[in-house]
Amino acid sequence: MRLHWRRTVNYVMLGLTAVCTAVTISTLFVILGYLLYFGGKSLDWSFFTKLPLPPGEAGGGMANAIAGSLEILAIAGLIGIPIGFLAGVYLSEFEDKSFAPVVRYTADLLNGVPSIIVGILAWTLVVVPMRRFSALAGAIALSVMLIPIVSRQTEQFLREVPMALREAALALGASKWKTVATVVVPAGSKGVLTGMILGMARIAGETAPLLFTALSNQFWPSGVTQPTATLPYMIFTHAVSPFDDWHRQAWAAGLVLIAAVLTANILARLVLARGISVPRG
Amino acid sequence: MAPKSVRSQPALDREPPAPLVPEPVSTVKTKLKASHLNFYYGSFQALHDISLEMHTNHITALIGPSGCGKSTFLRTLNRINETIRHSRVEGTVLLDDVDVRTVDITNLRRRVGMVFQRPNPFPKSISENVAYGLKINGLVSRGELRDRVEQSLRRAALWDEVKDKLNESAYALSGGQQQRLCIARALAVDPEVLLLDEPCSALDPIATAKIEELLFGLKDQCTMVIVTHNMQQAARVADYTGFFLMGKLIEFDNTDTIFKNPSKKETEDYITGRFG
Amino acid sequence: MASSNAAVLPVTRAKSTHPVGDIVARWVVLAFAATIVLITAVLVYELWIGSAAARQRMGWSFLFSSQWDPVALKFGALPFVYGTVVTSILALVISVPLGVGAAIFLSELAPAGISSALTFLVELLAAIPSVIFGLLAIFTLVPLMRSYGEPFLKKTLGFLPFFQGPAFGVGFLTAGIILAIMTFPFIISVSREALLAVPRDQREAALALGATKWEMTWQVVVPYARLGIFGSIFLALARALGETMAVTMVIGNDPSIHASLLAPGYSIAAVIANEFTEATGDVYPAALVELGLVLFCLTIVINGLARLMILATTSKGSKRA
Repeated sequence: MRLHWRRTVNYVMLGLTAVCTAVTISTLFVILGYLLYFGGKSLDWSFFTKLPLPPGEAGGGMANAIAGSLEILAIAGLIGIPIGFLAGVYLSEFEDKSFAPVVRYTADLLNGVPSIIVGILAWTLVVVPMRRFSALAGAIALSVMLIPIVSRQTEQFLREVPMALREAALALGASKWKTVATVVVPAGSKGVLTGMILGMARIAGETAPLLFTALSNQFWPSGVTQPTATLPYMIFTHAVSPFDDWHRQAWAAGLVLIAAVLTANILARLVLARGISVPRG
Repeated sequence: MAPKSVRSQPALDREPPAPLVPEPVSTVKTKLKASHLNFYYGSFQALHDISLEMHTNHITALIGPSGCGKSTFLRTLNRINETIRHSRVEGTVLLDDVDVRTVDITNLRRRVGMVFQRPNPFPKSISENVAYGLKINGLVSRGELRDRVEQSLRRAALWDEVKDKLNESAYALSGGQQQRLCIARALAVDPEVLLLDEPCSALDPIATAKIEELLFGLKDQCTMVIVTHNMQQAARVADYTGFFLMGKLIEFDNTDTIFKNPSKKETEDYITGRFG
Repeated sequence: MASSNAAVLPVTRAKSTHPVGDIVARWVVLAFAATIVLITAVLVYELWIGSAAARQRMGWSFLFSSQWDPVALKFGALPFVYGTVVTSILALVISVPLGVGAAIFLSELAPAGISSALTFLVELLAAIPSVIFGLLAIFTLVPLMRSYGEPFLKKTLGFLPFFQGPAFGVGFLTAGIILAIMTFPFIISVSREALLAVPRDQREAALALGATKWEMTWQVVVPYARLGIFGSIFLALARALGETMAVTMVIGNDPSIHASLLAPGYSIAAVIANEFTEATGDVYPAALVELGLVLFCLTIVINGLARLMILATTSKGSKRA
């Protein structure tokens, strides 16, 4: 009798866990579904080519926001990727017993800092002295978020390169830095690259750090020292606005952004899964 | 810039080695000499007061049970032990009468090559593997590179098997072929000394035989020190043999003497299989 | 033949037998690694300095005052801390049961291939930008809550002070729900790892005694993995506390404290997001920066705890092995 009860509980509870899984995963599909539907409806060619028009006027697009996002991401990548990569090389290949843990701890710390606070940092360091909002400030904020991501991934994948390869190179008379540059990094390159792609995908969707750094702009990006429109920012302002027209633009922009971000994510994981530079065992 | 090797010649012009004339012992030169070598992993002492001379153009074998320190000793000769944290060396190693600690470390390692227990080719193509040491040390011009790669692969008795697939990944080769590739890679930089750490332990008997033949043929170009578990191998290839036990060098002599007429009891016990 | 090389050996002093390139390389990578430490130090410094005007003016009472009146220069952090904490806790109340349940399913029940595939999908959820969650929330969740969700709650649970007052659609509850969705991947992914790390012999011991699969899971596996699961909860909490965009878009922007979850409120990140560009004078921006400082400290503590717990599970696992 009691066994019967226990069995019932067993099936019910396990069934519930399946329900939990279904609920959580379905949120992904709901989100994607809505974006595809509403975004698809509002997306047209002019989205990619035209500048935004005042509310009420139909047509117009977010071409400047796309360009601005690309510009800011490029600068953020140029700053953040080298720093993160070399920091990761330090942590994996050149670490000091005393200093390396400090670097790791602060990198983890920086990783966990809410993005709006990174925005405050960039504001005090760049916007205030320059007395203006700028794409540069936004890029710097994003690069600060990018650095710990790239650094951690780089360290992790370089560490996985077997010691035997390093010894082989050293035994041939290669200096340490040449060993790292010509053997270790190429061997770990797939993972390191994945980290960079994932990092860029992460900052591509960030809005909060841009709120008071790059701000926005109705026109084409006009220079690193000017406020610049970005896609996430536009989504924010358009979604909270009272205009239907702008709401449709927000959906379209949301679809474009999610498509870019998810593609990059899937691409990164394919890169990682497809080729492992060093066979295990 | 490392000096170009006096031995570099186009592959096919190489003359067969002159036949060996047995040398009187007094003219046998010492290539590598270890004096009162102690080695510590942290607080554990792995080598106790090792003194050993390895003679030019001869093969010296180091035998002994697992964990006796023979690999550790080998790795002090090209200072590759220094990559291990908390390790400490006392005593001296002389290469041609020069203390190896006073020499530029990358130069030392070019002159004293190493082949490891498990094959460790780079995740690159076969020819890139062999060329690696040459490129890193800037030893040859682009034009000579291909010839040197071929020459090294011939010296390692691998050329015929890989000449059609030089651009394929090194990992496509069998274990025995990979190890011969590693030997070719080590030979490419024309080392004066070749250290081999149980090079055949991961290989089957046929591959082992090929490598032993190869080593024998290299003797006149290269001084070799080989660590081996396999006493028969030592008896087959080595001119001199040293027996290690628990971090100490128990006995060192001509291979014949060690195996037929050892003077220490521990040596005799090991040789006859009473332990180990 | 060999001795001819001896003459060309570059004999140098023992200290400098390593190539110059190595020494340079070490300093270069060290410098770049040091920038991370530098950035963090600057961050803390700027938060401290930037909030000086507000700290001097209001002192500790900042943390306990619930007034937010920029015109009269009266600032208090309490409504924002309240909003941040309430929405985050609400998010956890929803996402922890669902997330741990899903983690259990993925680690114990689903076959390995499906488990990996589904986990991958969950991790994609983590890649979705915050502003897109906000976009969805504004146009789908808010109307839903306003028309169906909140009236339903009022009807059934309206006797509780949590579910009283007008149903705007925006407010603590909606923000909590969207935060819950955003924290799913953290809970699921980390908890699943913790559950998978439980050694086989523990499970087999329970089953051998006649336990049902559920009993084995709930009474043996989950307790063994509880440190990792708690770690995942703290990780999710840290994320929820700092979440900006999605919350800003649906919390209602009302800097006051209400008991009811249906009421609009404010969070630290949301008020900074909304008011930073319009903050004039000295004290107003400083007050916002001080709020940032509070948030920063909160997330550091929570993240630190999370990492300790997760670290403890991995070392425990290897010790027991």
